[in-house]
Amino acid sequence: MKTPLGRMGLLGLLVAGAAPARAQTIAITGGTVYPVSGPKISNATILIQDGRIAAVGVNVAVPAGATRVDATGKWITPGLIHANASSGLGVAGLNGQQEGGVQGEVNPSFNPAEGVDPAAFTIPIARTGGVTGALLVPGGPFLPGQIPAVNFSGDRVDDMIIRKNAALVLDMSDNSKGAGGGSRAGTMARIRRLFNDALEYSRRKPDYQKGSIQALSASAGELEALLPMLRGEAPLVVAANRRIDMENALRLKQEYKLRLVIYGAVEGWQMAKEIASAGVPVVIEPNRDIPSFDGLGARLDNGTLLREGGVEVIIAQGDPGGERNLRYAAGNAVRNGMSWDDALQAITANPASAFGLTDYGTLAPGKVANLVVWSGDPFEFSSAAERVYIKGRETSLWTRENELRDKYKKLPPQ
Amino acid sequence: MHRRLVRAASLITLSACAPAGAQPPATTPPPAVAAPAAQASAASSDTLSFDRPQYLSTYRRRANPPVLIRNATVMTATGQEIPNASILFRDGRIVLVGTGVQAPADAMVVDGTGKFVTPGIIDTHSHLGVYAAPGTQAESDGNEATNPVTAEVWAEHSIWPQDPQIPLAIAGGVTVMQVLPGSANLIGGRSATVRLVPARTVQEMKFPGAPYGLKMACGENPKRVYQNRGPSTRMGNMAGYRAAFIAAEQYRERWDKWLKDRKGDPPARDLRNETLAEVLRGNISVQNHCYRADEMAQMLDLAKEFGFKIRSFHHAVEAYKIADLLAANGTAASVWSDWGGFKMEAFDEILENAALLTQAGARAVIHTDDPNGIQRMNQDMAKAYFAGLRAGVALTRDQAIRWITANPAWVLGIDQWTGTLETGKMADVVLWSGDPFSVYSKAEKVWNEGWLVFDRLDPKHQYKTDFNIGQTAPGVGR
Repeated sequence: MKTPLGRMGLLGLLVAGAAPARAQTIAITGGTVYPVSGPKISNATILIQDGRIAAVGVNVAVPAGATRVDATGKWITPGLIHANASSGLGVAGLNGQQEGGVQGEVNPSFNPAEGVDPAAFTIPIARTGGVTGALLVPGGPFLPGQIPAVNFSGDRVDDMIIRKNAALVLDMSDNSKGAGGGSRAGTMARIRRLFNDALEYSRRKPDYQKGSIQALSASAGELEALLPMLRGEAPLVVAANRRIDMENALRLKQEYKLRLVIYGAVEGWQMAKEIASAGVPVVIEPNRDIPSFDGLGARLDNGTLLREGGVEVIIAQGDPGGERNLRYAAGNAVRNGMSWDDALQAITANPASAFGLTDYGTLAPGKVANLVVWSGDPFEFSSAAERVYIKGRETSLWTRENELRDKYKKLPPQ
Repeated sequence: MHRRLVRAASLITLSACAPAGAQPPATTPPPAVAAPAAQASAASSDTLSFDRPQYLSTYRRRANPPVLIRNATVMTATGQEIPNASILFRDGRIVLVGTGVQAPADAMVVDGTGKFVTPGIIDTHSHLGVYAAPGTQAESDGNEATNPVTAEVWAEHSIWPQDPQIPLAIAGGVTVMQVLPGSANLIGGRSATVRLVPARTVQEMKFPGAPYGLKMACGENPKRVYQNRGPSTRMGNMAGYRAAFIAAEQYRERWDKWLKDRKGDPPARDLRNETLAEVLRGNISVQNHCYRADEMAQMLDLAKEFGFKIRSFHHAVEAYKIADLLAANGTAASVWSDWGGFKMEAFDEILENAALLTQAGARAVIHTDDPNGIQRMNQDMAKAYFAGLRAGVALTRDQAIRWITANPAWVLGIDQWTGTLETGKMADVVLWSGDPFSVYSKAEKVWNEGWLVFDRLDPKHQYKTDFNIGQTAPGVGR
């Protein structure tokens, strides 16, 4: 077809294919909804319009033309948010293929977002576990970089990003002793010097440019990158497991008026009241119970005791089985004494609020429609995520693993 | 920091080996299988070192009252799941399993209403004790990474019985484990099969009569560790195994000839070849860390070349691709439920590995290689079971329970004594708070050969290792 019309026709098709499809109106009916923003609702309808939750309840009118999804007998929750993820930081999770860290120990300007590969094999695998969003945490000692918050769906990184700089990481565990010259006290001194220099730099930029300022402990770019955190625009995530490390983190919070999130908190149960009264959310691994000198007080009911002390708990188990297993980590928290509702909140609303993802984490009207239709209790091995919606669109749950399985289901493979 | 919070996959892993030889009787600790010779018991100073007892187990069953658990769902791992059933055990042996069992007058009676009973869990792949917590370099004793072939080392000479990870594994219902050397080497050394019981010495843990295993490793780990001195390729790995077994064949021949008539001076002992010769004699079982299907096929050929059997592949991420070959060779596959993707040879992990192996008639085992995973092996089993069901594989719950009980018992050559709940078997028994296929269930009581080694409801039966003692936080009761 050499006619202009033919070419135009083809071009038109391509354009239509490339344009973002208009988000549908979807009504998911008949399921039991756990909105997290309120108590569970049986036989509820969730109405999704323009990628957001339009209504949730038993008496929701379904507009004509809406796509109806029957969820009778199913459980529906917000999409899970993994607060310590790496899926997408590299096309594969292989050693040597990761993009989550850079050399050195003072890298507050490093943000791994531009290393995220939307085609990563690990992303659909995470979705099979109902994980729709993630905090991508850079790796490395001391100040490894910034945490972008992403949705686990999108053709381009920019489609995935929820908040590019959702937090800044500071590691105060054994990992970072070297950065302090071999002592935690040295690490604290170095942190204060960096923070003070960043504030000094911010106050005296003209002097800095004229060179009439004494030498600062990091480059202007690195100091600049500390400022959003020092202004309270993004939380400081502190990896701290030992009690004294958490005490030091709380001290920094007070001295610099920071928003703080503690990661690890292995001995957090020993100081739940202090953490709670400082209003600091804590990210824990519910299965962490092996003692090390970075946290001799490890115990399985850490999360339960933190909750009882009034701390806002976030669950994010590191798991070689992948981020899809976040729901089982929540199940294990329940096994270790946490309430089921608290555990669900710890993988939905709590990570959203701790990182300022105000449009996410619950199924309240107006929120972005990230949600999961489960065959049963999401924390149980017998249940599966049957449908996963991100920004109001159903996403694929087909993985590379499924394809391999089907190839070898009958031997020899055809 | 990412590394701190995220549990890194244990990248250094082990592998397993071969056939179990004739088994000694269960009740008396037999001589270790190490030495080739028979005249073992005389320990006088005129005997030769290899004729003397070699590092014997000193494990002794604890005397305990009989136990009757009643009104429980009993999963026997022999094909049965019996509701409202009882199990009676006495003197370390199972007396009866079924319904209508009467309590002897002196029995401890446990109400199992709403609870489940399974055999004690067995992990074919652990490094507890050789990579002990708290994880300092000082106790990193799992890899003798000084030579690609270190068949001469024995894992039991590294095991620290005070590893605080041991009681945590007991609380997960594990009663027996194989502790292996790491996977840095082509041939890493001897494994030890031990009971998870409070002990001062590893000898007090060693499972009497369990054959030794030989740890071998394929693929990425050895060629990475030895890239500068070799082997640095997979073909180099193969050449390394073959050279070692060629030397061992000659050694075995020299010794077998001398042992026949014991004339003249005995050949010089060589620990490396002594262990490999025992593999060739069929007395030590090969436990082979091997991820890729094509490499497993190469190892099966290696075993044929030298006339031994590989008892189990370990990690075996691609076992499902050659499930038919494994079934035909009688080689088990010890696998994870869902670990993969962390390195190239683990890239093709699928959730249905254990299910597809079972479907093909191969012997599937869920193993851990991990001090966290070993605390929740029932959960890994459940993940693999439901993944299989969802993929349309016809599996029974009993088949899944066998992945962590009867099948690993076979891999370790102890299946005539443990791994199922049957009259006459050792009383390695776990009482679960609920269905072991549920995330919410916990091992509530664990009996190791009739000894109550863990009771979640009674701190008197929650032992601490010496390392755990005296670590009370200031102002906080622990």
